[in-house]
Amino acid sequence: MNATLAGGFVDLIAIALFILGLHYLNTPATARFGNRLAMVGMAIALVAAGWQIFGVAWWAIALGVVVGGTIGIVAALRVKMTAMPQMVALYNGAGGGAAALIALVEYYVQGHNGASLNDVVSVSLVLSAIIGAISFAGSIIAFLKLQELMTGRPITYAGQQIVNGLIALAVVALGVWFVATGGHTAPWDFGVLLVVALALGVLFVLPIGGADMPVVISLLNSFTGLAVAIAGFEIGSTLLIICGALVGASGTLLTVLMGKAMNRSLTNVLFGAFGAQGGSEPAGGASGGPQNVRVASADDVAVMLAYAHKVIIVPGYGMAVAQAQHSVKALADQLEKRGVTVKYAIHPVAGRMPGHMNVLLAEANVPYPALLDMEDVNPEFPTTDVALVIGANDVTNPAARNVPSSPIYGMPILDVDKAQNVIVLKRSMRSGFAGIENPLYEMPNTSMLFGDAKASVEALTAAVKAL
Amino acid sequence: MTDVNVFLGLLTVLILAVFVGFEVISKVPTTLHTPLMSATNAIHGVVVIGAMVAVSSLFAAGANGPWLTVAATVAVTLGAINVFGGFAVTERMLQMFRRKDSK
Repeated sequence: MNATLAGGFVDLIAIALFILGLHYLNTPATARFGNRLAMVGMAIALVAAGWQIFGVAWWAIALGVVVGGTIGIVAALRVKMTAMPQMVALYNGAGGGAAALIALVEYYVQGHNGASLNDVVSVSLVLSAIIGAISFAGSIIAFLKLQELMTGRPITYAGQQIVNGLIALAVVALGVWFVATGGHTAPWDFGVLLVVALALGVLFVLPIGGADMPVVISLLNSFTGLAVAIAGFEIGSTLLIICGALVGASGTLLTVLMGKAMNRSLTNVLFGAFGAQGGSEPAGGASGGPQNVRVASADDVAVMLAYAHKVIIVPGYGMAVAQAQHSVKALADQLEKRGVTVKYAIHPVAGRMPGHMNVLLAEANVPYPALLDMEDVNPEFPTTDVALVIGANDVTNPAARNVPSSPIYGMPILDVDKAQNVIVLKRSMRSGFAGIENPLYEMPNTSMLFGDAKASVEALTAAVKAL
Repeated sequence: MTDVNVFLGLLTVLILAVFVGFEVISKVPTTLHTPLMSATNAIHGVVVIGAMVAVSSLFAAGANGPWLTVAATVAVTLGAINVFGGFAVTERMLQMFRRKDSK
């Protein structure tokens, strides 16, 4: 059997293992098996690829694999679960950056002796360079925002969309020039194309606020998949095409799900600069901000919780920021000891990426059947004694249901206001990330417990214990 | 086969893989969406193989100037970060998902 044929068969096995691996992610019970199948697929694909090009510049490949592998594993073992959105943003960026660099290298290799590139190659070079560079630069900005190395609020300026539009046009023009001449443009064309695409990546994420990050990360994930698939056309690799397509499909699906969970279109997320005006919403009336809130003490709340039949905990980004997931679990343990039923309500866009809350609570040892999706948990609120909102804001805002003038009107929310009592743990009365007033806080069945989420939850646990 | 046939073949593969992707991914429950994203990060790390091919073709063509060699090696590094980091972090997350309280 010749080497090409053997390599093709190995790739086919790897592809089958990737698809099976993703399939087994359909339940938490089989997910680890799925991940391992994909690992095996990747291992054999890597060995086969290494064997086929054995000897040529092996030291450059070995250097890259060893350095990259070490960085990857050390980062994976050290990263905090609360920082997972940043981590995934960086991984998205790495994939996009690799695709863009491959395009650059292949451009010089395939065109270095003055040969004309065929249309398929030149179109794929341009597309994977553009999409890869946008994904790389956009992911770096998303990382900086999530890591709070720069402000999480939207960054806007006059004429922003015109500037972005012009830059996008420049990218398209440079790309068309390249394709039309079969790669025989000025030698700087491809480099400039990359630089302009990088700038576009930076500029398109700048106006997007922190609360919209679940959409952006999903979108960048699909961009990276697409860039990898197109890189597959450059080198004629079905392995890259299929893997890229799978990732692109996954990212697109998550983008759509996140958009639906916020009742917003993708264009609104990308160009809406949601929350840029920060807290200037008129809902609070002339006085600005809610006035009639009841402030409860930890002891009051502890009594309410301890004598409840059913408590639903509603976690949000505030729980992640305060690293409060373990304290929340300790409180739930205390309550369960007293015979209280404790469940968790997870909104699809709670946190900064899809599934963020689920991973944090899993880390704190909360069994996953206790975590309920929005559709499953909403019918339960009317029979719930206490809804305990921990660092969640917009996803509990009843204005989304009944105030047509609210910016989040129409967004599906967790119906915490239908519970007998609502306790909101919050740092201060400041409005949330999106700057929208929340009428939940003024409702007669709501009490506020101010302070750092972790400190508040620990105070509650101590007070319940003392009862 | 002509170039056109090859291209159409690859394009067909791409489109079919997108459909398979939608079908398979739509079955993944919301509770696993974060591990799903990190697992797909690992899978698009397959780009490392594209980078390996780029490095070897660079040297085979004798076009290996210092900057291009650096660019290609960085591409390998980025791809390897995805593969190793993506699978490791997915494994770390998935081992935390439990059906029952372990205590």
